[in-house]
This record gives sequence, structure tokens and C-alpha cells, in this order.
Amino acid sequence: MRVVSAPSDNLELSLRPSDPIRSGRRKRCTMLDATITTLTGGTEATYVAAAAGIALRRKKDGQVVNAEADTDWPGLMVRVRDRRDREAFAALFRHFAPRIKGFLMKSGASATLAEECAQDVMATLWQKAHLFDPTRASVATWVFTIARNRRIDALRRARRAEPEDLPWGPEPEPDQAEVMEAQQETAQLGRALASLPEPQRALIERAFYGDLSHSEIAAETGLPLGTIKSRIRLALEKLRQQMT
Amino acid sequence: MSIRHHLSDQLLMAYAAAGLPEAFSLVIATHVSLCDDCRARLESFDAVGGVVVEMGDEVAMGADALAATLARIERPVAPPVAPARRAPGVFPTPLQDYVGGDLAAVRWRRVGGGVKQAILPTAKDASVRLLYIPAGTAVPDHGHRGLELTLVLQGAFADDSDTFARGDVEIADEEVEHTPVALAGADCICLAATDAPLRFRGLIPRLAQPLLRI
Repeated sequence: MRVVSAPSDNLELSLRPSDPIRSGRRKRCTMLDATITTLTGGTEATYVAAAAGIALRRKKDGQVVNAEADTDWPGLMVRVRDRRDREAFAALFRHFAPRIKGFLMKSGASATLAEECAQDVMATLWQKAHLFDPTRASVATWVFTIARNRRIDALRRARRAEPEDLPWGPEPEPDQAEVMEAQQETAQLGRALASLPEPQRALIERAFYGDLSHSEIAAETGLPLGTIKSRIRLALEKLRQQMT
Repeated sequence: MSIRHHLSDQLLMAYAAAGLPEAFSLVIATHVSLCDDCRARLESFDAVGGVVVEMGDEVAMGADALAATLARIERPVAPPVAPARRAPGVFPTPLQDYVGGDLAAVRWRRVGGGVKQAILPTAKDASVRLLYIPAGTAVPDHGHRGLELTLVLQGAFADDSDTFARGDVEIADEEVEHTPVALAGADCICLAATDAPLRFRGLIPRLAQPLLRI
């Protein structure tokens, strides 16, 4: 992952004070709806965060790890898919593996088991890169589905039948506008989850950690899923039309 | 023919979170195979899972984890044995996987009145069966102690509330007492899952219940 380090006085951040994640708790990862200008060694690099749903991490020493030069996750996945690009894979690994490990530990796995499974999940991501469809899911979503299935095996959870595979794979050259839209919607979903009242958010998290039985899961999540659902529905329709 | 009776958000989210008994998961996977609308809703709940992973706590990986994984993906993997592509039939793929084939492969047992059933092997916290109800026949009046999902695969049935045809799923809980009747025309085949034994109201079915395991 590329690190853009800049003394804090060279770093201009314009944040909307009401940004719900900004005011959120403990998260080290901050989604910024802002334009960030960094000056490093006389080279000006401007990242328009809002346009790309950029994740920036600000370290204690004032360094900003630019998640984003390397957080075009779908782009990295395409590099893994088409070029078997190990550098792209390493960037994906550094971002997602610790999160997968955290997720699995929250789900009840020991650190050792979670570490091993996180490696499995990342290896699966490499092996199945050709199945990833960036117009239907974010990389995080795809990682989650792989981790969920790995958790079922590792923690001997109830077997879960999978829906029939659709008889086509993702398009080799996905429409970039659609990919962008999907990423933005995921970022928006993240902000919505962060801004939910604590008990409600905790309940959703616990459901996905596998802590709740189906009767304990609330139907009303308070999350804006309508736009995501509509977009996926359209993508499915488009694919069905191409098949006929 | 379009599907009119869909899965609830609660069930879709529970399935996305892998929080359902195996028997219910089979019904959900089978319905989603037939219903793009529920597939899209399901994938939107998967997106919530993605956000939970993305925003969740990070736990540092071991120092050699990346190197180990890179070494691992370097090794050639045996091409995955593609699961035998099931021919399209009455049963979508996930159900064919449990049955071991399509309709012709089902090992039915008679339960009286022309009704047949086949219990599918799953974990014991809930059960799932195929039901074969001849056209025009009523299933004995029954209530439920738990949750019951009934997915129509062929033909149609009607109960006090509505009509259910291929792809439709009826979600019944303890409130529902109903007498489903298979409509005239094709014999009705359903996939039904429950997390409690059904209670039949007549004396004979009740005596037979332990034998039928329903």
C-alpha cells in the first residue's frame, strides 16, 4: 500500500463537520467526503475523495496513509484476474486480511484459526478472481461472502445451501460508471451503518457475526438498501436479456 | 408467470448472515434460484455483511502471513472439480443436490389420501421435506408451533388466505391455522421446512404423526 506521508501543516482536510462517520466512534478508518491535498516533496497530489469513496487513515503521527491510490479495490481485482498481479494482491491482502481475521474472531474463532482462515479466504479471492462482478458487489461484499462460507466450515456451523449459480459470469469489461456507482453505494451504506443508533448497529453486527438466531434478527435494519437492491436487480435483468 | 409471494427481509438477512437452520437455508436457496427479485434483495444484505467486515476491528496478521499466502497461490491448484451441472428440471440446483437428482430421483413415502412425502437429510434443529399432493386434495388441517416455510415447485395450492403457484413461498407462524388444498390441474409438489413438528387437528393424523415424522 502506498503511503503518502506529509507533515500535518501541509495537509489540508476539509471535512463536513456533520459527517456521520467522522463523528463515529473507535473507527480508525475514516471515509472522507472531502478533497484532500497533500504536498510531498514538492509534488502535489490531489485526491478527490468524494468521487472515489476514498478511505483514508490518519495515523497518530500525522501521516496519512493514502488508502486510495491503492484502494480502487475493483481495479485491483481486475489486475489480479487479468494479469495475476501479485502486487495488487498484496494490497488487497494488507487491507482485507486483518479485517477478515477480526471478523472471524468476533464470530468466535480463536486467533490461530482466524489467522489460518483469513489466509484461506485471501487465497480463494485469488483463485476465484474471475467470478467477481464489480457491478453487483463491492470487493468487501465479496470478501464477506467467502469469509462467511469459510466460517461455516471452520466453526462447524449449519450447512448452508447456495442458490443456483447464474449460467453466466461477469462481463469481462464491466461498465466503469456502473462499477463506480456500486462502490459509491457501498460507501453510502457504510456511512448509514455508522450513523445508526448504537443498539441498532450492534444488533446488525451481531447478526453477521453469527450471534443471533433467525428469530432474534430484526426485519427493519434502518439501512437504505433500496438503491442497492434496484441496481442489482437491473444488472440481473440486463444479464438475463443478454442470455436470450 | 411471476412470483407473488416472496421471502421476508428477516429471513433473507438471517440467510445472508448464515444464521438459519440448514432446513430453512435449503428453502431460501431454492426460492432465490427461482426469483431474481429475492436474489437482488439477498445480495443487498450481503452488502451489509461487506460493510460490517470493512468497518469492523482489524486484527494484525502474523508477520509471515502475506509471504505464506503468496507462496500458496504460487502453487498450482488442481482445477476445481466443477459440480455436475444439473439439468434444468422441476427442482433448482440446490434442491437437486439434496435429492440427488430431479423429480424422478425422489424416494416418496405414502402418508395416506394420495399424499406422499420425502424427508430430506439435514441437521436436526429443523426439518425439510418434499410433499406431493394430488390435484384437488386437501392437506390435513394443521397449525404450527414454530415457523413453517412452504415453497411451491409444481402445481398450486390455495388456503384461506391466498393462492400459491410455482416459486411462491408461504411463511406461516404460530398464528396460522390453515387447510391448504392442491388446486385442480397438475399435482402439487412443495418443499416445506419447519422448526417444530406440525400439529394436525384430527385424531387419526395425530396418532399417525409419530410414524410419519411430521
